[in-house]
Amino acid sequence: MAPLFRRRISRTRHGAYAVRLPSEERELLASLVDQLRELLELTTDDPSLRRLFPTAYHDDAERDREYQQLVRDELLERRLTALSTVEDSAGAAELDEAQLTAWLTALNDLRLVLGTRLDVSEDQDAIDEHHPDAPAMAVYGYLSVLLNDIVDALAEDLPPPTDET
Amino acid sequence: MTNPAPAPAPVEIDEPVDDTRTEPDAPWIVLVWNDPINLMSYVAFVLQKLFGYPKEKADRLMMQVHQEGRAVVANGPRETCELHVFRLHEHGLWATMQHDT
Repeated sequence: MAPLFRRRISRTRHGAYAVRLPSEERELLASLVDQLRELLELTTDDPSLRRLFPTAYHDDAERDREYQQLVRDELLERRLTALSTVEDSAGAAELDEAQLTAWLTALNDLRLVLGTRLDVSEDQDAIDEHHPDAPAMAVYGYLSVLLNDIVDALAEDLPPPTDET
Repeated sequence: MTNPAPAPAPVEIDEPVDDTRTEPDAPWIVLVWNDPINLMSYVAFVLQKLFGYPKEKADRLMMQVHQEGRAVVANGPRETCELHVFRLHEHGLWATMQHDT
Protein backbone atom coordinates (compact mmCIF):
# COMPACT_ATOMS: atom_id res chain seq x y z
CA MET A 1 0.00 0.00 0.00
CA ALA A 2 1.35 3.40 -0.92
CA PRO A 3 1.78 5.87 1.91
CA LEU A 4 -1.06 8.37 2.11
CA PHE A 5 1.14 11.46 2.03
CA ARG A 6 4.31 10.59 0.22
CA ARG A 7 6.86 13.31 0.61
CA ARG A 8 7.63 15.18 -2.57
CA ILE A 9 11.29 15.61 -1.66
CA SER A 10 13.29 13.01 0.22
CA ARG A 11 16.86 11.95 0.84
CA THR A 12 18.07 8.99 -1.16
CA ARG A 13 20.46 6.38 0.14
CA HIS A 14 23.32 7.76 -1.93
CA GLY A 15 23.17 11.31 -0.59
CA ALA A 16 21.01 12.94 -3.24
CA TYR A 17 17.39 14.08 -3.01
CA ALA A 18 14.58 12.41 -4.91
CA VAL A 19 11.98 14.78 -6.38
CA ARG A 20 8.53 13.31 -6.89
CA LEU A 21 6.52 15.88 -8.78
CA PRO A 22 4.15 15.40 -11.69
CA SER A 23 5.17 17.08 -14.92
CA GLU A 24 2.50 19.78 -14.71
CA GLU A 25 3.88 20.92 -11.34
CA ARG A 26 7.40 20.98 -12.75
CA GLU A 27 6.15 23.07 -15.68
CA LEU A 28 4.44 25.45 -13.28
CA LEU A 29 7.64 25.86 -11.27
CA ALA A 30 9.75 26.45 -14.37
CA SER A 31 7.29 29.04 -15.62
CA LEU A 32 7.12 30.91 -12.28
CA VAL A 33 10.89 30.92 -11.95
CA ASP A 34 11.26 32.15 -15.52
CA GLN A 35 8.80 35.00 -14.89
CA LEU A 36 10.60 36.11 -11.74
CA ARG A 37 13.99 35.98 -13.48
CA GLU A 38 12.69 38.14 -16.33
CA LEU A 39 11.26 40.66 -13.89
CA LEU A 40 14.51 40.83 -11.88
CA GLU A 41 16.54 41.28 -15.05
CA LEU A 42 14.30 44.21 -15.96
CA THR A 43 14.17 45.98 -12.62
CA THR A 44 14.70 45.52 -8.89
CA ASP A 45 12.45 48.49 -8.06
CA ASP A 46 9.08 46.85 -8.65
CA PRO A 47 7.04 47.17 -5.41
CA SER A 48 6.40 43.41 -5.37
CA LEU A 49 10.18 42.85 -5.06
CA ARG A 50 10.68 44.89 -1.92
CA ARG A 51 10.92 41.84 0.34
CA LEU A 52 13.85 40.56 -1.75
CA PHE A 53 15.91 43.67 -0.96
CA PRO A 54 15.03 44.61 2.63
CA THR A 55 16.18 47.56 4.69
CA ALA A 56 19.13 46.78 6.97
CA TYR A 57 19.20 49.96 9.09
CA HIS A 58 15.70 51.21 9.61
CA ASP A 59 16.79 53.98 11.97
CA ASP A 60 19.67 55.23 9.80
CA ALA A 61 18.91 56.13 6.18
CA GLU A 62 22.50 57.06 5.35
CA ARG A 63 23.93 53.75 6.52
CA ASP A 64 21.15 51.89 4.79
CA ARG A 65 22.00 53.58 1.48
CA GLU A 66 25.62 52.45 1.92
CA TYR A 67 24.48 48.91 2.73
CA GLN A 68 22.19 48.77 -0.30
CA GLN A 69 24.99 50.01 -2.59
CA LEU A 70 27.30 47.40 -1.14
CA VAL A 71 25.04 44.33 -1.34
CA ARG A 72 22.25 44.90 -3.87
CA ASP A 73 24.17 43.56 -6.88
CA GLU A 74 25.36 40.57 -4.89
CA LEU A 75 21.86 39.79 -3.61
CA LEU A 76 20.50 40.08 -7.14
CA GLU A 77 23.25 37.86 -8.54
CA ARG A 78 22.64 35.13 -5.98
CA ARG A 79 18.89 35.21 -6.58
CA LEU A 80 19.34 34.99 -10.36
CA THR A 81 21.78 32.10 -9.97
CA ALA A 82 19.28 30.17 -7.83
CA LEU A 83 16.48 30.83 -10.32
CA SER A 84 18.63 29.62 -13.22
CA THR A 85 19.52 26.47 -11.30
CA VAL A 86 15.83 25.69 -10.76
CA GLU A 87 15.05 26.35 -14.42
CA ASP A 88 17.82 23.94 -15.43
CA SER A 89 16.80 21.24 -12.94
CA ALA A 90 12.99 21.58 -12.95
CA GLY A 91 12.64 18.25 -14.75
CA ALA A 92 15.22 16.32 -12.74
CA ALA A 93 14.30 13.16 -10.82
CA GLU A 94 17.16 13.77 -8.39
CA LEU A 95 18.91 16.86 -7.10
CA ASP A 96 22.17 17.31 -5.23
CA GLU A 97 22.32 19.45 -2.10
CA ALA A 98 23.44 22.59 -3.94
CA GLN A 99 20.57 22.26 -6.42
CA LEU A 100 18.00 21.65 -3.68
CA THR A 101 19.33 24.68 -1.79
CA ALA A 102 18.76 26.73 -4.96
CA TRP A 103 15.19 25.40 -5.03
CA LEU A 104 14.81 26.48 -1.40
CA THR A 105 16.00 30.02 -2.19
CA ALA A 106 14.02 30.36 -5.41
CA LEU A 107 10.77 29.01 -3.96
CA ASN A 108 11.04 31.28 -0.97
CA ASP A 109 11.69 34.25 -3.27
CA LEU A 110 8.61 33.31 -5.29
CA ARG A 111 6.54 33.16 -2.10
CA LEU A 112 7.85 36.56 -0.98
CA VAL A 113 6.93 38.17 -4.30
CA LEU A 114 3.57 36.43 -4.65
CA GLY A 115 2.71 37.01 -0.98
CA THR A 116 3.55 40.71 -1.34
CA ARG A 117 1.38 41.01 -4.45
CA LEU A 118 -1.50 39.19 -2.74
CA ASP A 119 -0.93 41.18 0.46
CA VAL A 120 -1.30 38.01 2.52
CA SER A 121 -1.87 38.20 6.25
CA GLU A 122 -0.72 35.82 8.95
CA ASP A 123 -4.18 34.36 9.52
CA GLN A 124 -5.10 34.18 5.89
CA ASP A 125 -8.70 33.09 5.45
CA ALA A 126 -9.49 30.78 2.60
CA ILE A 127 -10.78 32.85 -0.29
CA ASP A 128 -13.72 32.06 -2.49
CA GLU A 129 -12.87 30.01 -5.55
CA HIS A 130 -14.41 32.69 -7.79
CA HIS A 131 -12.29 35.48 -6.29
CA PRO A 132 -9.89 36.95 -8.88
CA ASP A 133 -6.94 36.15 -6.57
CA ALA A 134 -7.97 32.53 -6.09
CA PRO A 135 -5.62 31.02 -8.72
CA ALA A 136 -2.62 32.98 -7.43
CA MET A 137 -3.51 32.05 -3.85
CA ALA A 138 -3.62 28.39 -4.84
CA VAL A 139 -0.14 28.69 -6.34
CA TYR A 140 1.05 30.43 -3.17
CA GLY A 141 -0.34 27.59 -1.06
CA TYR A 142 1.28 25.00 -3.30
CA LEU A 143 4.68 26.73 -3.02
CA SER A 144 4.29 26.77 0.78
CA VAL A 145 3.74 23.03 0.97
CA LEU A 146 6.60 22.26 -1.41
CA LEU A 147 8.97 24.61 0.41
CA ASN A 148 8.10 22.94 3.70
CA ASP A 149 9.01 19.55 2.21
CA ILE A 150 12.36 20.96 1.03
CA VAL A 151 13.06 22.40 4.50
CA ASP A 152 12.31 19.01 6.07
CA ALA A 153 14.64 17.23 3.65
CA LEU A 154 17.52 19.70 4.07
CA ALA A 155 17.11 19.93 7.86
CA GLU A 156 17.98 16.23 8.11
CA ASP A 157 21.42 17.02 6.73
CA LEU A 158 22.31 20.12 8.72
CA PRO A 159 25.77 19.85 10.27
CA PRO A 160 25.88 19.47 14.06
CA PRO A 161 25.26 22.74 15.93
CA THR A 162 28.31 24.94 16.49
CA ASP A 163 26.72 27.40 18.91
CA GLU A 164 25.43 25.66 22.00
CA THR A 165 24.86 28.81 24.03
CA MET B 1 4.99 33.77 9.90
CA THR B 2 2.71 31.09 8.68
CA ASN B 3 2.37 27.39 8.72
CA PRO B 4 1.59 25.52 5.53
CA ALA B 5 -0.23 22.62 7.08
CA PRO B 6 -0.86 21.21 10.54
CA ALA B 7 0.27 23.36 13.43
CA PRO B 8 3.49 22.15 15.04
CA ALA B 9 3.52 20.94 18.60
CA PRO B 10 3.75 23.92 20.95
CA VAL B 11 7.32 24.84 21.70
CA GLU B 12 8.29 25.50 25.25
CA ILE B 13 9.35 29.11 25.49
CA ASP B 14 12.21 29.99 27.78
CA GLU B 15 12.54 33.50 29.01
CA PRO B 16 14.45 35.45 26.35
CA VAL B 17 18.10 35.37 27.28
CA ASP B 18 19.57 38.82 26.89
CA ASP B 19 23.20 37.92 26.35
CA THR B 20 23.92 41.10 24.41
CA ARG B 21 24.58 43.15 27.52
CA THR B 22 27.28 40.96 28.96
CA GLU B 23 29.68 41.63 26.07
CA PRO B 24 31.02 45.18 26.14
CA ASP B 25 32.64 44.74 22.71
CA ALA B 26 29.34 43.80 21.09
CA PRO B 27 27.56 47.07 20.49
CA TRP B 28 25.41 45.90 17.57
CA ILE B 29 22.45 43.56 17.51
CA VAL B 30 20.77 41.76 14.61
CA LEU B 31 16.99 41.58 14.76
CA VAL B 32 14.63 39.36 12.80
CA TRP B 33 11.11 40.73 12.45
CA ASN B 34 7.86 38.88 12.13
CA ASP B 35 6.32 38.86 8.69
CA PRO B 36 3.19 37.24 7.30
CA ILE B 37 4.90 35.33 4.49
CA ASN B 38 7.89 33.33 5.70
CA LEU B 39 7.09 29.85 6.97
CA MET B 40 7.85 29.10 10.60
CA SER B 41 9.74 25.95 9.62
CA TYR B 42 11.78 27.93 7.09
CA VAL B 43 12.74 30.66 9.57
CA ALA B 44 13.90 28.10 12.16
CA PHE B 45 15.86 26.21 9.49
CA VAL B 46 17.64 29.38 8.32
CA LEU B 47 18.62 30.27 11.91
CA GLN B 48 20.10 26.78 12.38
CA LYS B 49 21.91 26.90 9.07
CA LEU B 50 23.38 30.41 9.32
CA PHE B 51 24.26 30.52 13.01
CA GLY B 52 24.86 26.86 13.83
CA TYR B 53 22.22 27.04 16.56
CA PRO B 54 20.76 23.80 17.89
CA LYS B 55 17.20 23.17 16.73
CA GLU B 56 15.80 24.03 20.18
CA LYS B 57 17.41 27.47 20.18
CA ALA B 58 16.41 28.18 16.56
CA ASP B 59 12.81 27.15 17.34
CA ARG B 60 12.78 29.31 20.47
CA LEU B 61 14.01 32.38 18.54
CA MET B 62 11.54 31.68 15.72
CA MET B 63 8.67 31.50 18.22
CA GLN B 64 9.85 34.72 19.84
CA VAL B 65 9.76 36.42 16.42
CA HIS B 66 6.31 34.98 15.79
CA GLN B 67 4.80 35.89 19.16
CA GLU B 68 6.64 39.06 20.15
CA GLY B 69 7.18 40.49 16.68
CA ARG B 70 10.95 40.33 16.73
CA ALA B 71 13.97 38.64 18.29
CA VAL B 72 17.65 39.36 18.65
CA VAL B 73 19.33 36.54 16.73
CA ALA B 74 22.97 37.67 16.90
CA ASN B 75 25.21 40.39 18.20
CA GLY B 76 28.76 41.58 17.70
CA PRO B 77 30.86 44.17 15.91
CA ARG B 78 29.23 46.12 13.08
CA GLU B 79 31.00 44.30 10.24
CA THR B 80 30.01 40.89 11.59
CA CYS B 81 26.41 41.96 12.09
CA GLU B 82 26.25 43.42 8.58
CA LEU B 83 27.37 40.07 7.18
CA HIS B 84 24.71 38.30 9.25
CA VAL B 85 22.07 40.73 7.95
CA PHE B 86 23.23 40.16 4.38
CA ARG B 87 22.95 36.39 4.75
CA LEU B 88 19.52 36.70 6.37
CA HIS B 89 18.42 38.96 3.50
CA GLU B 90 19.83 36.46 1.03
CA HIS B 91 17.48 33.93 2.63
CA GLY B 92 14.54 36.33 2.48
CA LEU B 93 14.23 37.02 6.19
CA TRP B 94 13.28 40.46 7.39
CA ALA B 95 16.44 41.39 9.33
CA THR B 96 17.77 44.73 10.53
CA MET B 97 20.65 45.81 12.75
CA GLN B 98 21.04 48.58 15.26
CA HIS B 99 23.13 49.74 18.19
CA ASP B 100 22.40 47.81 21.31
CA THR B 101 21.04 50.60 23.47
